[in-house]
Amino acid sequence: MTIGLGHYLAVAAILFTLGILGIFLNRKNIIVILMSIELILLAVNINLVAFSTFLGDIVGQVFALLVLTVAAAEAAIGLAVLVVYFRNRGSIAVEDVNLMKG
Amino acid sequence: MILPALFFYLFAGVCIASAVMVIVSRNPVHSVLYLILAFVNASGLFILMGAEFLGMMLIVVYVGAVAVLFLFVIMMLDVDFTELREGFIEYLPIGLVIGGIFLAELLLVAGGWVMRPDTAKQITAAIPANVSNTEALGLVLYTKYIHYFQIAGIVLLVAMIGAIVLTLRHKAKVKRQDINVQNARTPELAMAIRKVAPGQGLQDSDAAEWVK
Repeated sequence: MTIGLGHYLAVAAILFTLGILGIFLNRKNIIVILMSIELILLAVNINLVAFSTFLGDIVGQVFALLVLTVAAAEAAIGLAVLVVYFRNRGSIAVEDVNLMKG
Repeated sequence: MILPALFFYLFAGVCIASAVMVIVSRNPVHSVLYLILAFVNASGLFILMGAEFLGMMLIVVYVGAVAVLFLFVIMMLDVDFTELREGFIEYLPIGLVIGGIFLAELLLVAGGWVMRPDTAKQITAAIPANVSNTEALGLVLYTKYIHYFQIAGIVLLVAMIGAIVLTLRHKAKVKRQDINVQNARTPELAMAIRKVAPGQGLQDSDAAEWVK
């Protein structure tokens, strides 16, 4: 009953799929879409760390750290854009986002 | 031997179950709380794998910063979230089909996976023995990957400035301190000296001067 690399890859694959599914299911709610993106990045991080520890190569963990940084920056910018959009339109429905159409 | 496997299934099961709850939950506040649970369990998986530093980092960065930011934004925006849930059932079939195809492909890749024999020779920076995970990470992060580290810092700086610039707004009604105006103020501008006759006080004709 040893837990190998395959087990962790399977968990990461399921999390990734749930993230994709979340984007499909919550087409209108951009906050849940952002959370789904966080789930996808978490799955990527699990993959990187799993390969890193099972191969004995630390570089994967360095990359996971960088992915973590980018995920935090993306969440901050995304939520800031959301707040500005809400101030302008009074709603966050994704389907109304057509201001740039002219 | 049985204990790590038991903990793996515990962490993995709770992580996946809470990820499901993130995407199907009716209330976005519940979604964020389930997201926190998913991240805490993923951090448990990281620690189980032997990446303690990243496990702790996950808690600090995601639970401490990102999830709280989500919670803050959800509570600050006055949005009718039931309205945003329309179309959930409508998109369920296509989502399940695409998700199922994705999962099948990924599991096929993960299941039919085999290591190349010469992979062990291609390791870039081997994890040194008798060194804690944090120290091992620091040994390469600050030497070999210092530029990546600094670029990560710049990414965070740009994100911080961007978020502030996007959300900052000046309200006209709010009084603000203007240091230049304060410094330019002289006694002549600020006050007028009057000789007041005893028992009379200031006259109304002086009123124009008072407001100075």
